[in-house]
Amino acid sequence: MANRIVTGAHYGLIDWLAQRVTAVVMAIYILLAITLLLISSPDDYSSWKTIFSNQWMRIVTLIFFLSLCWHAWIGVRNILMDYIHKTSIRLTIQVLVIFSLFFYAVWAIEIMWG
Amino acid sequence: MRFSIYRFDPDKDEKPYMQDYDIQLDPADKMLLDALIRIKTVDDSLSLRRSCREGVCGSDGMNINGRNGLACITPVAGLKEPVELRPLPGLPVIRDLIVDMTQFFKQYRSVNPYLINNDPPPETERLQSPEERAELDGAYECVLCACCTTACPSFWWNPDKFVGPAGLLQAYRFLADSRDHATAERLDDLEDPYRLFRCHSIMNCVDTCPKGLNPTKAINKIKGMMVKRTV
Repeated sequence: MANRIVTGAHYGLIDWLAQRVTAVVMAIYILLAITLLLISSPDDYSSWKTIFSNQWMRIVTLIFFLSLCWHAWIGVRNILMDYIHKTSIRLTIQVLVIFSLFFYAVWAIEIMWG
Repeated sequence: MRFSIYRFDPDKDEKPYMQDYDIQLDPADKMLLDALIRIKTVDDSLSLRRSCREGVCGSDGMNINGRNGLACITPVAGLKEPVELRPLPGLPVIRDLIVDMTQFFKQYRSVNPYLINNDPPPETERLQSPEERAELDGAYECVLCACCTTACPSFWWNPDKFVGPAGLLQAYRFLADSRDHATAERLDDLEDPYRLFRCHSIMNCVDTCPKGLNPTKAINKIKGMMVKRTV
């Protein structure tokens, strides 16, 4: 096949929007976390454990981690689209990124609920 | 005044090189283009494009001390010496300061930069209210000099797929036009991870535009229109 330039994937808006929304979610969580840590200033394992024994804290932290993964996926994919021009290599790296982000998300759940 | 100018003649030179010139300017040589024409009286092998010499035709876009601009409206006073002149980055060099603009105009044409309106032509003009006309301010003044697009890293990496700031500013110019009837088709065409969303809003285009336009703002308005029709 001649090297035709193909564009017209008809997506991109949701990713762009999601990147902004997840950034806001993370910013709010970080402010909340800093405030919480300043108030309770945990200095040993058991005080950290107490903070995360609260179910709400776990859920909010999970939302943060999922936002982080989604945000990272869009950002890393953007970098790959900019710099890696061979489709097969780009797809391979993208799959690896998806697997590692999935692994990190599961790991975060395991840490909080395990 | 001292100049260091990028020279490359594919018929003679293996590789591009920088040539130094030390030129006595005339008091009337106010703009960089005047200085370049003065240099050409000494060395007529130096090649550059120029036409209107007043910032309207957009021919003499070049990289001046690291920043893209039009030589004809860049005052020589205040330029750091030696003035380093290079062709616009990111496009193939034909010779010296002349670049091949094919890719740039290909992207420009891809946004259908003309009014699309299939209504029967009216007796008189298609009228606009002053407010509708004001929407086009800052969008129609582009002279297509390519200073913005060739300053954009996203265009450097994907010149074949990313429309670039100049093309997207033109796309917005017709999206914003109350007389245009192809809004949905235009948005469909631009909704693409490469064509529009390679823009990461780093605003090199705004920094460099010799006409003081703001392509990033236009691009964000396009994204805003997409959000409006989707969400």
